[in-house]
Amino acid sequence: MEMPEPRPEILANKAGLIARLQSVLSRDAVIEDPAETQAYECDALVAYKCAPLAVVLPSSTEEVAAVLRICNDMGIPVVPRGSGTSLAGGALPTADCVILGIARMNDVLETDYDNRIIRVQSGRTNLSVTGAVEEEDFFYAPDPSSQLACAIAGNIAMNSGGAHCLKYGVTTNNLLGVTMVMMDGTVIELGGAHLDAGGLDLLGLICGSEGQLGVVTEATLRILAKPEGARPVLMGFDSNEVAGACVSDIIKAGVLPVAIEFMDRPCIRATEAFAGAGYPDCEALLIVEVEGSDAEIDEQLALILKIARRHSPVELRESRSAEESARIWLGRKSAFGAMGQINDYMCLDGTIPVSQLPFVLRRIAEMSGEYGLDVGNVFHAGDGNMHPLILYDANKPGDLEKCEALGAEILKLCVEVGGCLTGEHGVGIEKRDLMTTQFTHDDLDIQMAVKDVFDPKWLLNPAKVFPLDVSGPRRAA
Amino acid sequence: MDVIETEATLAERLRDAQGPIRVLGGGTRSIGRPVQGEALSVAGLSGVVDYEPGALTLVVKAGTPLQQIEQTLAAEGQRLAFEPMDHRGILGVDGTPTIGGVVAGNVSGPRRIAVGACRDFLLGVRFVDGAGRIVKNGGRVMKNVTGYDLVRLMAGSHGTLGVVSEISLKVLPTPETVATLTLHGADGERALAAMTRAITSPFEVTGAAHVPGPDPAVHLRLEGFPGSVEYRVQQLKFRLSDLGEITVETLPERNVELWRRIRDVEALQSAYALWRVSMKPGAVYSGLLPALEQWAQCDTLMDWAGGQCWIALSEDEAVSLAEAHGIEDAAGGAAWLHRNLQEAVADRQINQGGGGHATLIKGPDALRATVSVFQPAPAPVATLAAGLRQRFDPQGILNPGLMN
Ligand SMILES: Cc1cc2nc3c(=O)[nH]c(=O)nc-3n(C[C@H](O)[C@H](O)[C@H](O)COP(=O)(O)OP(=O)(O)OC[C@H]3O[C@@H](n4cnc5c(N)ncnc54)[C@H](O)[C@@H]3O)c2cc1C
Repeated sequence: MEMPEPRPEILANKAGLIARLQSVLSRDAVIEDPAETQAYECDALVAYKCAPLAVVLPSSTEEVAAVLRICNDMGIPVVPRGSGTSLAGGALPTADCVILGIARMNDVLETDYDNRIIRVQSGRTNLSVTGAVEEEDFFYAPDPSSQLACAIAGNIAMNSGGAHCLKYGVTTNNLLGVTMVMMDGTVIELGGAHLDAGGLDLLGLICGSEGQLGVVTEATLRILAKPEGARPVLMGFDSNEVAGACVSDIIKAGVLPVAIEFMDRPCIRATEAFAGAGYPDCEALLIVEVEGSDAEIDEQLALILKIARRHSPVELRESRSAEESARIWLGRKSAFGAMGQINDYMCLDGTIPVSQLPFVLRRIAEMSGEYGLDVGNVFHAGDGNMHPLILYDANKPGDLEKCEALGAEILKLCVEVGGCLTGEHGVGIEKRDLMTTQFTHDDLDIQMAVKDVFDPKWLLNPAKVFPLDVSGPRRAA
Repeated sequence: MDVIETEATLAERLRDAQGPIRVLGGGTRSIGRPVQGEALSVAGLSGVVDYEPGALTLVVKAGTPLQQIEQTLAAEGQRLAFEPMDHRGILGVDGTPTIGGVVAGNVSGPRRIAVGACRDFLLGVRFVDGAGRIVKNGGRVMKNVTGYDLVRLMAGSHGTLGVVSEISLKVLPTPETVATLTLHGADGERALAAMTRAITSPFEVTGAAHVPGPDPAVHLRLEGFPGSVEYRVQQLKFRLSDLGEITVETLPERNVELWRRIRDVEALQSAYALWRVSMKPGAVYSGLLPALEQWAQCDTLMDWAGGQCWIALSEDEAVSLAEAHGIEDAAGGAAWLHRNLQEAVADRQINQGGGGHATLIKGPDALRATVSVFQPAPAPVATLAAGLRQRFDPQGILNPGLMN
C-alpha cells in the first residue's frame, strides 16, 4: 500500500510541535514517546502499520479547536481517531501526522425522551449510548457488531450500519446534529434536534466523510422506544439460490423483518466447530428476526414460515424462548471470531443488488478455487451487503498479497453487477485504489472539490478515500 | 422553454449556457426566492429505468411523473414510504409533479417521523453540475458508503448544485391495514402530550398531527398487519384515555383522505403567506407558538408530532401587521413576521438549544424577493455552502439566488 512520503521538515521540528501542543493541553494529553505512540500504529486493519509523530487526547471541543489551529498553522496532517476499530484502515497514521484521539470525550450531554434525542460527546461508544437510555426502555438503533468498542465519532465518519438496519437504517438516518471543528479551528454546528436542514444538507455530507472534512466532537442522535419483543427464526436450505429467492419473497410479501442474516456452508461449518450453536449442516442458512408484541410476532412469523416452506427448507427452527433465540444468534454473532480461530482473515464489505446474490456467491466460490484461498460468507442479506471473509496465513510469504488480489477481484465483481465497493466499513486506505473501478474522473473530482472547500490544505486524514495519483495535484497545491 | 430529452443534451446545454437558468421539473413547487433566467425543463427525462420489487429498489429518470411512479409501485403492493406532499394545493398551481422536484426539495410527508424523509430513501443520483459534467453518486443498492455522500447533499438543494437526471430510491411494501385514532378537543399542551406519548410508545405510530381550530383534534396513524394494528389501536387508546374522547377510523378511503389533507396542509391553502417551521416538538409548543401569539393572528397545523409547524398568515392580517408597524403594504407586514419567525427559531431560549429553521413556502413574489426565504445560516456555515455552490456551479447559472 503506497503512502505519501513523510515531510522531513515536519519530522525535524517535532520538538517545536510538541511544545505548542503542550501549551494548550494538559501534560498527559500529549503523547510523543515512540514506545507509547506505537499503540496507535494501526486500527483493525492490522496488515498496515505506521506509528504517528504524536498523539493528542483532548477533553473538550475547545481543546480540539486549539490543537487543530496549531496543526493548521504548522501544516501538520491530522488523523482523527475514535476507537480504532475501522476495518478499512480509516485511522491509519502517517509518520508525520498527529493522531487526534477523541476517546476522552465520552459524556452524555443531554437526554430528552419526550423529543426522542440524546446528545453525546462523540468519543462515547455506540453500545453505551443505548446503555444510557435503556432504563427508560429506549435504544439507539444502529448496531455495528463492534458496538461494544466503536465510538459514535467513528460511526459518523464511516456512516456505519448494523444487523438491524434493514428496518432502522444506518447512522445517517439516525443522526440529527453534530458539533464539528474545522481544520482551521472554527467550531460549527450542523443540524440539531429538528428533523431536516434549513439550507443545504451539510450534515448528510459530513456523515460518511471518513474524518476528512472536520473533527466531530458532539452528536445529537435519534433514540427510539424499544419494541415489546423480538424473535428470530432459523432456516436451512440446500442451495444459495433457494435461500436468495426466499429472502426476496419475504421482502415482497410485505413483511419488514428487522434483520435477515445469511451464512454459507464454509461459514456454518467454522462457527459450528467454534461455538456449537447446533446449526444444521447445509448449504445456506438464514436468520430472520421480527419485532413486536407476542401476537404480532406470531402473525409475522407465520407468514415468513409459510413462504420459507414453499422453498423446501432442510431445517426450520422457530424460537420459543429467550434461550432459544440466543442460541439461534450465537453462531452468527461468533462467526467472525470463529473464522479468526482457523486463520487470519480479511473481511470484505461490498454490496450487490439482492437479485444478484446467487450469481455472485457462485462466482466467489469459483474465484476462491482459482486463488486457492477459502472464502466464507456471512452477511446482511436483506440489503445485499456482503461480508466475504477470505482466509489466509499471514506467516506464509505471498499469502497476504494473494488474499488482497482476490479481495480486489471480488469487489470489482460487486461493482460489475451493479453494486459498490463498500456498504458500511468505508474506503479508508483499503479500497482507495479501487475507487476508479466504481467512479469516473468527474465523479471523483467533484467529491474532491468538497474536500477543497472544507479542508483547503488537505491536512485532515491524509491519503484515504481517493487514489493518490488522483488526489496528487490537489495535495501538492 | 427548453425541454431536455436526454442526459447528454442536458450536459451539453449546461456546458454551453451563457446566462442564468431556471430549472424546472413539473413546475409545481416554486419554492425559494424568485429566479430570473431561461426556463429549462427536465420533464422530458422520463421513465422507469429499473424496478426490483424483491430488492425494494427503483431507478427512475428525474422527470418521471410522481403519479406514474406511484402506480408502478402500487401494482406490486409497494409505495414511496416518505409520502411526499403535493404542493399544488397550497401554491395554487397546476402541472404534473415529478420525482426530480420531490428530491430537489427533499419533500416528505407525515410518515417522516416513523420512516425518514425523502433524503433517507435516496440510494443514488446522477446529475449534471453547472459546468456540464455528468456525475453519479451513490448507486442502486441499499447500503453504500463508497466515497462522500453527495446524494443527501443534492436532496433539498433545489437545483442550485446540479440538475438531477436520474434517481435511485428505496421503496417499501404498503401495509395491509391502516387505522387512525382521533383525540377530540385536544389543544396546546394536551395535544403535544398525546403526540409525545404516542411516538415514545413502542407502537410505531406512522403519523401524528395536531389540527387546531374550533374543533381541535390530534390524529395518530397506525399501519401494518390487521391483527397487529388492532392490537396497537387498543394499546394506544388505553394509554391516551385520560386525555379526552377518542374515536377510531378504520375505513381505508377515509384514512387516505384524512392523511392526504394533513400532508398537503389543505386547511391552510388560502394563506397569503405560509411558513414551515422545523424544531423539536417541545420547542414548538413552549417556545414558538406562545411567541407567535404575541405577534399576529395566524392559523397553524402541527405535523411530525409537533416537529413540523405550518404557520399561515391571511392577507387581512398581513395588512393589519403592516399598519400596526408603520410598513407600506401586506408584503411588508408579512416580511415583518417572517423576520420575527426566523429570529425566534434561531434564539436558543426559544429553540431550547435544539436549532431549527423557518422557511417561507408560499408568498407573493414581492415578499419572496425581499426576504431570506430559507433560514440564514451562521457565517462559517454560510461560507461552506457558498464554497460548495462555487465548486458545483462555477458560473453561478443554476437557479441563482434561489436559496440566498
Ligand atoms: C469485529 C468488528 C466488527 C465490525 N462490525 C461492523 C458492523 O457490523 N457494521 C459496520 O458498519 N462496521 C463494523 N465494523 C467497522 C468499525 O467498527 C466501524 O467502522 C466503526 O464505526 C469505527 O469506529 P471507531 O470509533 O473505531 O473509529 P476509528 O476506527 O477510530 O476511525 C474510523 C474513521 O473515523 C474517523 N474519525 C474518528 N473519530 C473522528 C472524529 N471525531 N471526527 C471525524 N472523524 C473521525 C477516522 O479518521 C477514521 O477515518 C466492525 C469492526 C470490527 C473490528
